Amino acid sequence: MKTLMLGNEAVARGIYEAGCAFVSSYPGTPSTEITEYAAKYEEIYAEWAPNEKVALEAAFGASLAGKRSFCAMKHVGLNVAADPLFTISYTGVNAGLVIGVADDAGMHSSQNEQDSRHYARAAKLPMLEPSDSAEALAFSKLAYELSEKYDTAVLMKMCTRVSHSQSVVEPGERELPIQKEYEKNPAKYIMMPANAKKRHPEVETRTKALEEWAETAQINRIEEGNDHSFGIVTSSTCYQYVKEAFGDTYPVLKLGMIWPMPKQKIKDFAAGVEQLAVVEELDGFIESHCKDLGLQVSGKELFSNIGELSQNQVKEKLGKPAPAGVSLDENIPARPPVMCAGCPHRSIFYVLKKLKLTVLGDIGCYTLGAVPPLGAIDTTICMGASVSGLHGFVKAKEEHTGKSVAVIGDSTFIHSGVTGLINIAYNESDATVIILDNSITGMTGHQQNPTTGYNLKGDPCTKIDLESLCRAVGISRVRVVDPYDMETCQSVIEEELAAKEPSVIISRRPCALLKYVKHPGPVCSDPEKCKGCKACMNIGCPAISMVDGKAKIDATLCVGCGVCEQLCKFDALGAAR
Amino acid sequence: MDKMETKNIMIVGVGGQGTLLASKLLGRLLLQKGYDVKVSEVHGMSQRGGSVVTYVRWGDKVYSPIIDKGQADCILSFELLEAARYTEYLKQGGRIIVNSQQINPMPVIAGAASYPEKLEEKLRALGIDVDVLDALALAEEAGNSKAVNLVLMGRLAKHFDFTEEEWMDAIEHSVPPKFLELNKKAFALGRKA
Repeated sequence: MKTLMLGNEAVARGIYEAGCAFVSSYPGTPSTEITEYAAKYEEIYAEWAPNEKVALEAAFGASLAGKRSFCAMKHVGLNVAADPLFTISYTGVNAGLVIGVADDAGMHSSQNEQDSRHYARAAKLPMLEPSDSAEALAFSKLAYELSEKYDTAVLMKMCTRVSHSQSVVEPGERELPIQKEYEKNPAKYIMMPANAKKRHPEVETRTKALEEWAETAQINRIEEGNDHSFGIVTSSTCYQYVKEAFGDTYPVLKLGMIWPMPKQKIKDFAAGVEQLAVVEELDGFIESHCKDLGLQVSGKELFSNIGELSQNQVKEKLGKPAPAGVSLDENIPARPPVMCAGCPHRSIFYVLKKLKLTVLGDIGCYTLGAVPPLGAIDTTICMGASVSGLHGFVKAKEEHTGKSVAVIGDSTFIHSGVTGLINIAYNESDATVIILDNSITGMTGHQQNPTTGYNLKGDPCTKIDLESLCRAVGISRVRVVDPYDMETCQSVIEEELAAKEPSVIISRRPCALLKYVKHPGPVCSDPEKCKGCKACMNIGCPAISMVDGKAKIDATLCVGCGVCEQLCKFDALGAAR
Repeated sequence: MDKMETKNIMIVGVGGQGTLLASKLLGRLLLQKGYDVKVSEVHGMSQRGGSVVTYVRWGDKVYSPIIDKGQADCILSFELLEAARYTEYLKQGGRIIVNSQQINPMPVIAGAASYPEKLEEKLRALGIDVDVLDALALAEEAGNSKAVNLVLMGRLAKHFDFTEEEWMDAIEHSVPPKFLELNKKAFALGRKA
């Protein structure tokens, strides 16, 4: 029966139908829902791993054991998993192994917009690239066939517009693949130099074989057009923009496998058109391949390598007018994302700003601590970089000691903050690390993690004790504070900054959006007492605004965290009486 | 038979207002009617109180998952400023259905910008069909301020040629059973208003 599915849900359906039995992933927008949907199938064992490297290695282990396996991550997650990726390319697989990676052109929810296609070429692994949910399902199944036929892990490249758009699919039945057993095979699986030297030529031979397959593969298809003045090579969501812009006007070569790419097929296609154009987001990946083939091609000279493309851009750049919208001549203020009302991170950032500290930040909801009026963060690089960066920051200049901190979330700390903390302990920097423990992986939409006590399927499980973990790696000063209590937070931060040894402060309070969190109810403002000093406006709470010079609380948003009350010197804010 | 041109509705609002449920409901309805449908959402960072956009497209064959400038037949806005933000996406002669509720964005709260005045009038002056309603008041009348999305769906229903049964089927398949009556009431209030 036809149904609407998110691209990510369709990948989950596809791997389910292909008989996948094991999924290990780390959440990251826009890839997260693949694993969440996969976990809904009883036949699939699915888990959140502490990070993408662990996830890929676990998925590889499951493949080695003889089960079709999968792992998903966002583009930057593949950087973390790159180490196993490049060598798994050499070992190949036992049962099929598919790796989902979702790019975020336009950076809807990411710190960079790297183009993951380069990984396929660099690691010499085949990469499929669906353009809608139906293809996401079909390609996921095909990926397992290719994986086992060519003895290779297969990358499944998604992007925000494919991952997060729903389109029509027709689900099929789950079919179990031929059962595989684990067989010891040192020459294939022990990648020490003598063995790896023999495996590398196998990888090159495999790529040649896949190139051959690409020449005739149905997923690399030519759609005829009636006007041969242009021929367009494209893939992924850009294919949809091209078809929307031009319908059946120009011939289109749609690549379903983006690495390795066919050679003769592209040359033949180019020979049948007057001008060749490549429409692709981010880098000129297909374009470079065409140029390597000696073809004249227009690509990035027309289309930007920054951000997303769209049907109007395709029209305009290829010489067709785009529709004009209705224009309103008005200055529309931006509406950036903000920390939610009641967010336990807010008050910590207020204190850090008040103390005029340098704050090395990390990846999560709390990156919003960088936004005015809080503006309390100095850096955001990647998962874990706050902790390791702080070590270098205070080691390099002694005067930074006592004046700088790292802030990192619970899930991010487990992902790759703990290794930085080990470095702080081992190499003895007087660094102060604040773990913002809100008992969930927040930004990606509330995923469990090793510190929450629940697993992906929602069952109770072993809970990592952050205090013990920090002590075990060599930090003897570990303090726990409630972020809603700003006075204590400030004094504890001051004490730990003054201490002549490394310390960890765990700021602990669950995310205000968690269903089990009970809130006291909205705070009231008393316009008689309010002097309009705007002290309460310095925390950037979306529930507080100034109306006619007085603070006003939006009772539909306010949860009653009481942080603003602590800032009011005139007792104008307080619990409803 | 002539190919049906793709129809486009943009649902815009503030992260957390329930725009995703509205698109889920519409998607279900359109699929049941046998159309090719694409619904595009954005998750992650922008859901935290930022400006959010969902695209709903249907027809005989829909290619792009997104609606581009000048393409939307209708913008359904959960908040006044957000309607103004996306007018460029509206077709000439298109329609805006807008909740009159105003939610100050952080730059306005922080005093760095001001919420534009008389937006309703300015929208009307564009020569487009502007349908304004106080969806928050109607949602509260239905019993819960969170039912703004169903009030707006009800209002949308006034402008589209779908049957009562089709809407009810879509609502029943999109909202949790324990909130079904509340949501049906909100839908009816929006449709009637």
